[in-house]
Amino acid sequence: MKRKRRVSIAAILPMYLFTLLFVLGPLIYMLILSFASRDGQWGVSAEFTLKNYPRMLEPIYLRTFWNSIKLSLLSTLFVLLIGYPFGYFMARLTKKWRTIAMLLLIIPFWTSTLMRLYGWIIFFRANGVFDGLLMGLGLTTAPLKLLYSYPAVVVGMIYALVPFMIYSVYSSAEKLDWRLVEAARDLGASGFRAFLTVSLPLTAPGIFSGVILTFVPSMGLYFIADVLGGNKIVLIGNLIQEQLVKLHDWPFAAAMSVVLLVLTSVFLFLYRRVTKSDSLEGLV
Amino acid sequence: MDSALLRLENLEKSFGETRVLRGVSLSADAGQFITLLGPSGCGKTTTLRIIAGLESPDTGKVWLDGRDVTSAEPNKRDVNTVFQSYALFPHMTVEDNIGYGLRLRRKPKAEIRRAVKDALALVQLDGYEKRMTSELSGGQSQRIAIARAVIGNPKVLLLDEPLGALDYQLRRQMQLELKRLQKQLGITFIYITHDQEEALNMSDVIAVMRNGMFEQLGSVSEIYDAPKTAYVARFVGNANIVSGVVKDVSDGVITLARSDGEMSVKLTGAPPERGATVHAAVRGENVQIEPLGRDGQPPEPIVGTISDKRFAGGQLRISVTLSDGTEVTASRHGIDSPLAAGERVAVWWSPDHAVTVEGDNEA
Repeated sequence: MKRKRRVSIAAILPMYLFTLLFVLGPLIYMLILSFASRDGQWGVSAEFTLKNYPRMLEPIYLRTFWNSIKLSLLSTLFVLLIGYPFGYFMARLTKKWRTIAMLLLIIPFWTSTLMRLYGWIIFFRANGVFDGLLMGLGLTTAPLKLLYSYPAVVVGMIYALVPFMIYSVYSSAEKLDWRLVEAARDLGASGFRAFLTVSLPLTAPGIFSGVILTFVPSMGLYFIADVLGGNKIVLIGNLIQEQLVKLHDWPFAAAMSVVLLVLTSVFLFLYRRVTKSDSLEGLV
Repeated sequence: MDSALLRLENLEKSFGETRVLRGVSLSADAGQFITLLGPSGCGKTTTLRIIAGLESPDTGKVWLDGRDVTSAEPNKRDVNTVFQSYALFPHMTVEDNIGYGLRLRRKPKAEIRRAVKDALALVQLDGYEKRMTSELSGGQSQRIAIARAVIGNPKVLLLDEPLGALDYQLRRQMQLELKRLQKQLGITFIYITHDQEEALNMSDVIAVMRNGMFEQLGSVSEIYDAPKTAYVARFVGNANIVSGVVKDVSDGVITLARSDGEMSVKLTGAPPERGATVHAAVRGENVQIEPLGRDGQPPEPIVGTISDKRFAGGQLRISVTLSDGTEVTASRHGIDSPLAAGERVAVWWSPDHAVTVEGDNEA
């Protein structure tokens, strides 16, 4: 027994080392950096300072943080509303159709997300596909100018994240024993009641992990706001990128990243407390 | 005619190319214990699912208490099921599982709690309210599933091989308990099993199913003592089927001739024509196998060769192969017999113990 354990530790040791080196290492570096000072045009001086953190309380930054959180929550909600039924019914398909649906979900990932977002530009731009459709059907008379608007960013977010929700819900729903639903129906539950009292609670782990898989990345998907929101929608990610790439204020960028990380963790913590989700489908 | 509580009218059902049910009709009175007996794949579970409303028949009707419920949703029929897999809700306590049906009907909490307590007492699991279903043994899960199904006082309780997953001892015990429960509650039971012993122990009426049809429907004694077909005789009574040609009918006994001897069968119903081929069914415990030429044997007993001798189920079983390849097995409560494999023996039985049956139309 003990021996076996030692063998398994040896087997996973490289992974731990890798994680330490490339995940924990940069995180610590970022944390240290956030307490450093800017030096000249490009550099970072080792001089310890706390001023990077209070700086974020300036209204412009606060507003950006708040907007990012709002957008993430909104996107996650839509992703859940679209992804849950999709994943749930996908698990109810016959084996052949399930495979086809899975394939259709995977194929878009063969192209980079960025490229696919450019596709949305064609769709959303003035006199683009969407406008053409609406005007062709006589629903609108003038272009809606949806590109570089808030809805366009939300659609982009949903598009990029919905597959993760579908996978999570699907993997939960696939394990759902349909006989339990039949038992509920047999005991007098309508189809909807059976869903609420049996299917939903038993697929909840899929929802929990789907929400996490959606919410966490959504806080950092700044390039969607870039591509589909123009300069109008600015998220924390955009701010960090700007500080890093354009303004070369690495310590401030690091401080913002730390806050983003803490914020996301706090949300996760609260979420898990509220939903009491200990076991997460596909995670942990 | 509508005194029947549950009536199935010529149910047919196909899944794709497979015809699962080919005209099943049944009528059950209040308080009856009816067993559908048959091998797996004979359509008994499908019949049950159609009664429950979990499957709809291609043709035919289901009447419950004088109402046509053929296309009614499962939650709109006064029928509950004990599933083979128990199907207990894993995210609920025992109490919540049992009270599920009552909660759906929005009964007051105190009333539900009392009813659950009574239901637990009924299945002798008092005090199990707060357990999670994962903490239960197979037998306990079984009882909880029964408690959950009977708490709403259904008109008909459907049981799909409820004892199939239990070990032999527990199964015997649960058979008695189920029977007691059924008498106590006065609910009509439609019970599915492939175990003939179980069917014979518990039922008022047995329907022997085969290939989506009822091969025979009747009381336990009818099925056991007067099987209509060779299949029923074999499946229910483990009977031997031996064929012969009618030589003579006299004094209520049919004498049948075979190439390897003669046998006699009790005459029931109309006498068969001379020269017709008739199948006789005789159960193992009534078959006599003796060395040739003993006293008391009929003048021309069937002669065969012992092919096998073995102990099974606490009984000694001796198989004899006849000239046409038919195998006859006799069973005895005994330690051993001096007969050995390869020996030529006389095979016979008293005509009172043999009945004529219809031959297999298939297989």
